[in-house]
Amino acid sequence: MFLLLDFTPFQPSPGLAIWGLLIFLLFWGIMSKVAFGPIANALQTRENDIQNALDSAKTAKEEMSNLKAENEKLLATAREERSQMLKEAKDTKNQIINDAKETAKSEASRIMIQANQDIENSKKAAMMEVKNEVGAIAISIAEKVIKKELAGNAEHENFVNALVKDVNLN
Amino acid sequence: MSRNIYSALLIFAAILFSFPAMAQGHNHDGHDHSGHDHSGHDHSGHHHSGHDHSGHDHGSHDGHDHAAHADGAHGPSCAPHGDHKYDPAATAIHHISDANIWSIMEYPIPLPMILKSDAGLDVFMSSKFHVHAAHHEDGHSSYNGYVMHEGSAYRVNQAGFPMEGSVDHGPFTHGTEMVDGKERDVKYVCYKDTPYRIEQRTTLDGGVLGGGITNFWDFSPTKNVIAMFLSSLILFFLFRGAAKKYKSNPDKAPSGLQGMLETMVVFIRDEVAIPFIGKDKYMKFFPFLLSLFFFILGLNLFGQIPLLGSVNATGNLTITAVLAIIVLILVSLNGNLDYWKHIFWMPGVPTFVKPLLAVVEGMGIFIKPLTLMLRLAGNISAGHIAILSFIGLIFIFGDLFGGIGSGMGLAVATPLTLFMMAIEIIVAFVQAFVFTILTASYIGAATEDHHH
Repeated sequence: MFLLLDFTPFQPSPGLAIWGLLIFLLFWGIMSKVAFGPIANALQTRENDIQNALDSAKTAKEEMSNLKAENEKLLATAREERSQMLKEAKDTKNQIINDAKETAKSEASRIMIQANQDIENSKKAAMMEVKNEVGAIAISIAEKVIKKELAGNAEHENFVNALVKDVNLN
Repeated sequence: MSRNIYSALLIFAAILFSFPAMAQGHNHDGHDHSGHDHSGHDHSGHHHSGHDHSGHDHGSHDGHDHAAHADGAHGPSCAPHGDHKYDPAATAIHHISDANIWSIMEYPIPLPMILKSDAGLDVFMSSKFHVHAAHHEDGHSSYNGYVMHEGSAYRVNQAGFPMEGSVDHGPFTHGTEMVDGKERDVKYVCYKDTPYRIEQRTTLDGGVLGGGITNFWDFSPTKNVIAMFLSSLILFFLFRGAAKKYKSNPDKAPSGLQGMLETMVVFIRDEVAIPFIGKDKYMKFFPFLLSLFFFILGLNLFGQIPLLGSVNATGNLTITAVLAIIVLILVSLNGNLDYWKHIFWMPGVPTFVKPLLAVVEGMGIFIKPLTLMLRLAGNISAGHIAILSFIGLIFIFGDLFGGIGSGMGLAVATPLTLFMMAIEIIVAFVQAFVFTILTASYIGAATEDHHH
């Protein structure tokens, strides 16, 4: 107790209590209004802003990735379409070539048939001419022979005339 | 970390107790050690030079003989006495006590006095006491019956002393008297060679700590009050500057002072307010917690500034009591129904236990702020005492071995004091944080929503 008696920092003093209460309450009131309140609010606002910025950045990133996926899809479709078109074009080309070949073939065969017919006709005409020529030659020979033999023989003459009549120069 | 402090204190206590014992062994040649005289005699504890005491008549020395001690009481004496020894405990306690004067090194700064007694209200400056800072902050003049002893104002309580106006008086002395069958330490002021009893200061402990209501009340803005005011003012300007920056460029990253303060503000919010009170409710108490933290931290650090009179405001029980009572009121006002129910009619326990718990929890309402009050005051005072004790080594060594001893003491005390000061800076932050976090936990417990 002797030490405690002299230990004035631990003896509650009324004056100090009143001043301490007054100063702390003033400190609390003024600092809350001037400093701590505004700072706390500013911190909260700033943190909200940061959160919002982060959120919107995330959304933007997601949108970007969506857009990219769409683009890729579009690109893939376009690629497919292109290959489809190429294939079609190739087919068409082949078709055209085949058609042309077919037409050419038929034309050629038609021309061949025509040519054959012309040849046949020419051959027939030639044969006719040959026949006529041979006939004429035969007649002239026969005439000479007959002239020599039939000089006086009416019978023979008749017979030859009849033969000539029978020769059908077709 | 506090273990370090305690072990440092323990080691130091051992040193403290061993040296005075050696000192007594050295000085048994004719010096009276029982004298409690604190007159302004030159002693190695303070480096003042030859203050003239010839005005104080020192009569014959009738001594505080040991027989008187055995009787349980011995009278005061205004007689001269032998060489005054350095008393580390008394010096430390004197330096951490509140005062009506602010001594910066050897220069006393007078503070306003507001004193109330039966004779009426007295308002004056403490320079009226004609104090010399190096003389234990003892005054040399009285004013309207008031005198200054060890930095504090006292009122003379014995007929014969002039209670009006200003008179020069002699040194102060101590004695013991039997009061109601108890031995009590009484202080006296010497005036014309006669000791006059001076009354203890009025305290509000109701006798628990040896105080009580006496013949005068001191409502002066003391050293601690001025320190609180200055510290609050500094904090106000610091934070107003930071708050302005938030307003002027809210979208910029904090810089400089604003950044430093924000680190602490955010720490209190994220480590103290939100974990204990909850994200949806903390905003209501956040300014209070910040006020508490920075008020305590500011005063803790203010007291650590060297050569500024080692203000011990947060080590003063009165100030921590005021803070603790504010916390008690705030917690009680904000306690919800669940909180009170958990104190006075604890749910979930057998009925016969409920009254027992009500008693325990009811006491807890007051014990919680009581621990807040004692922890802060004890820690900060202990730090101040430790530093003062280390510095005291210089004078203890000086008393023992003269000038060489002082040098030795200086060599020992300097690193120890620096070490202690470094620790005290940590303690300043830790104690402010502990007070705040416990307050937050009490508020959190009072406002918590229970789900059963």
